[in-house]
Amino acid sequence: MKPNSLLAGLGLALALTGAAHAQSTLRIGLAEDPDVLDPTMARTYVGRIVFASLCDKLFDIDDKLNIVAQLALSHEASADGKTVTIKLRPGVKFHDGEPFNAEAAKFSLERHMGMKGSFRRAELSQIDKVEAVDPLTIRLQLKAPFSPLIAQLTDRSGMMVSPKAATALGDKFGTAPVCAGPYRFVERVAQDRIVVERFKDYWDKDRVHFDRVVYRPIQDSTVRLANLRSGQLDILERLLATDVGEVKKDPKLRLATGTELGYQGITMNIANGEKANTPFGKNPKVRLAFELAIDRDAINQVVFNGLQSTDNQWVSAANPYHLSKFPVPKRDVAKARALLKEAGVTAPLPLDFMVPNNPESRAVAEVIQSMAAEAGFDVKIRVTEFATSLNEAEKGNYQLYFLAWSGRTDPDGNIFSFASCKGPLNYGRYCDPASDELLTKARSTGGQAERKAIYEQFAAKWLTEGGVLYLYHRTLLFAHAANLEGYKVMPDGLIRVTDLKMK
Amino acid sequence: MLKFLPRRLLQLIPTLILVSMIIFLLQQLLPGDPALVMAGEEKDPVVIAQIRKQYRLDQPLPVQYFYWAKGVLSGDLGESMRIKKPVTELIREKLPVTLQLATMAMAFALLIGIPAGIVSAVKRNSAWDVGANLFALWGLSTPNFWLGIMLIFLFSVKLGWLPASGFVSPFEDLGQSLATTVMPAFVLGNAIAAVLMRHMRSAMLQAMAADYVRTARAKGLLEKSVILKHALRNALTPVITLGALEFGTLLSGAVLTEQVFSIPGFGKLIVDAVFNRDYAVVQGVVLVTASIYITLNLLADIAYVLVNPRLRG
Repeated sequence: MKPNSLLAGLGLALALTGAAHAQSTLRIGLAEDPDVLDPTMARTYVGRIVFASLCDKLFDIDDKLNIVAQLALSHEASADGKTVTIKLRPGVKFHDGEPFNAEAAKFSLERHMGMKGSFRRAELSQIDKVEAVDPLTIRLQLKAPFSPLIAQLTDRSGMMVSPKAATALGDKFGTAPVCAGPYRFVERVAQDRIVVERFKDYWDKDRVHFDRVVYRPIQDSTVRLANLRSGQLDILERLLATDVGEVKKDPKLRLATGTELGYQGITMNIANGEKANTPFGKNPKVRLAFELAIDRDAINQVVFNGLQSTDNQWVSAANPYHLSKFPVPKRDVAKARALLKEAGVTAPLPLDFMVPNNPESRAVAEVIQSMAAEAGFDVKIRVTEFATSLNEAEKGNYQLYFLAWSGRTDPDGNIFSFASCKGPLNYGRYCDPASDELLTKARSTGGQAERKAIYEQFAAKWLTEGGVLYLYHRTLLFAHAANLEGYKVMPDGLIRVTDLKMK
Repeated sequence: MLKFLPRRLLQLIPTLILVSMIIFLLQQLLPGDPALVMAGEEKDPVVIAQIRKQYRLDQPLPVQYFYWAKGVLSGDLGESMRIKKPVTELIREKLPVTLQLATMAMAFALLIGIPAGIVSAVKRNSAWDVGANLFALWGLSTPNFWLGIMLIFLFSVKLGWLPASGFVSPFEDLGQSLATTVMPAFVLGNAIAAVLMRHMRSAMLQAMAADYVRTARAKGLLEKSVILKHALRNALTPVITLGALEFGTLLSGAVLTEQVFSIPGFGKLIVDAVFNRDYAVVQGVVLVTASIYITLNLLADIAYVLVNPRLRG
């Protein structure tokens, strides 16, 4: 076949391609294929991006991380904090036409709490009972006061599903989810696309401007960007830091950034198995020496061109719970060496550093390796595929583990499971009963100032002796077509499709 | 003719059983616990225990194999732990994609590789030969992902002629389907064309030097007839084997190319499944591709007999 005739044929095909996208369709490029589209069973970040168009929640967050009403109108806690009453929005329908009311909200919450294999169980474990008080009011009876509760309801735990569809489909609900979001599910071709279309009875329909939204998982970030540049995508998530310059230069594209709710840090093995039995695991002075050997700003400059927000805490500086009392320690190699000497350690002290297999993590690890060497640490980088690294972390087969956390709206979600003695994510097995008490008190206390004061007491010990060395909060990088209007990066990094329109 | 067929078909059964056991055992050797991967960020211990129970991960390996094999015999390859879809359904979705991509890639490979090999052998040491050899060298040494990305930049980003990635079924929109698959098919076909060209060339050179070709020429046959009827027919045998093997490899999924062009085929499915420790998907897809591979080998054997009358004993 002659190349010319082939290209001519393809020209026709291309015309068809162009025509297919002439209608009002928003095309979103995702970095991965989401898992099951059932809010009860889902667990991936990209899945949450899709849910943002499919499933409305009782509450949402605004761009300043304030909790705002969505399917709920208001909430009120009793004086003892053990009862929370939630008023629901009237006139809301699910995609199958069923009404959203107190019974439906009760059904959804009980499904999250009790369904076999539910990933929401732990998030809602403090709820003892859900009651439908009247058609538009529910009451949550709690086992103990739990201040992160409303924040939990701004994510998948607060997503409402149609009781009729959920009962009919059971654990197959994710194959055809029916919720009350601005778009309804049309089809999913695994690893290729998820298509949703405008729900005409949406309660807030004036803010919906596209007829359809198509989510396309494209794992390779270069190809994702090529799709945006060639007009096959309108917006993409997880732009590579190295591509920021290219996007800024392109007049047809716009860059949008925000700071993540989570963090990137190093989990340190303190009491998990044999590998904890080293001066590093046993002596906080040695861990402090390691921290002093590291220059977070240098990592940020070398690997990320200064894009990330360096920090030493579990929430970013933009979060109201950030503790200004604990600034990022400056690099001090002399002090680090002195601390090692004080701890009776003969340099170089070997450390096994488990790092996930991706270019950015490897680069960060290499910078840390060379910095730590100057202070007397012999860091041996062990690049490990993610699934394997989880197992190794569980078994304690590491001394340092480079681990990211995507973050939660409430600060409790970024710390409790990592720092409490029985926390499922406490891979280093740090355990301090006094810290546990403070963490439990912080989650049962109402009021931001009071909780912040408790976290301050907790941080005094955790940040010097604890199990996680926080490095930075990643900057969420999005690129979109210049003619896409109304996009702003939300703190949770999820793309809200309402208010988006083409110029 | 084809007396060997029943015997070869019978051989398929123990081969497939062995393959299924190897797949099962090999993937159990992978480090990493599927329940931990599936448990999401929160790693709720109750959920981990439930996943282990639901997918029988808490049972001994022979028991797990027994249940899986029992399911396979009744046409049930299990369910994807990640997206809760039956594996058979996933295979039904992906097979046409992979089949279309593999067929188009093979068409590119045959259309380029075989004529180039013939011309290069017939016009040995000419500019044609040098050109064809250079092409082969280029095809063999160009990494697929690099060529793919370069094509995307040229035809999608710069010229805007083709979609950068994705897949559209030909039944949905033939034009768009061709537009989305032409670049990945060319990338895959290009590398195979180079291999085919090298084999075609050497097989043709060998055939052209054979006595029967000299005899045919001595009989005064036209050169075209000598090349196409006598030399080519004999030279094709090794190329058929190679073609079938390459086609089999294409059907088992072209991981890098599918990744670059975001084609939702077998390669992407299996790689994602391995990273997510989605055992049922890995087992199901590998079993299906192994069966296809074995069948293609059998078809190649049949094709030998058809092409080469001397084997019809």
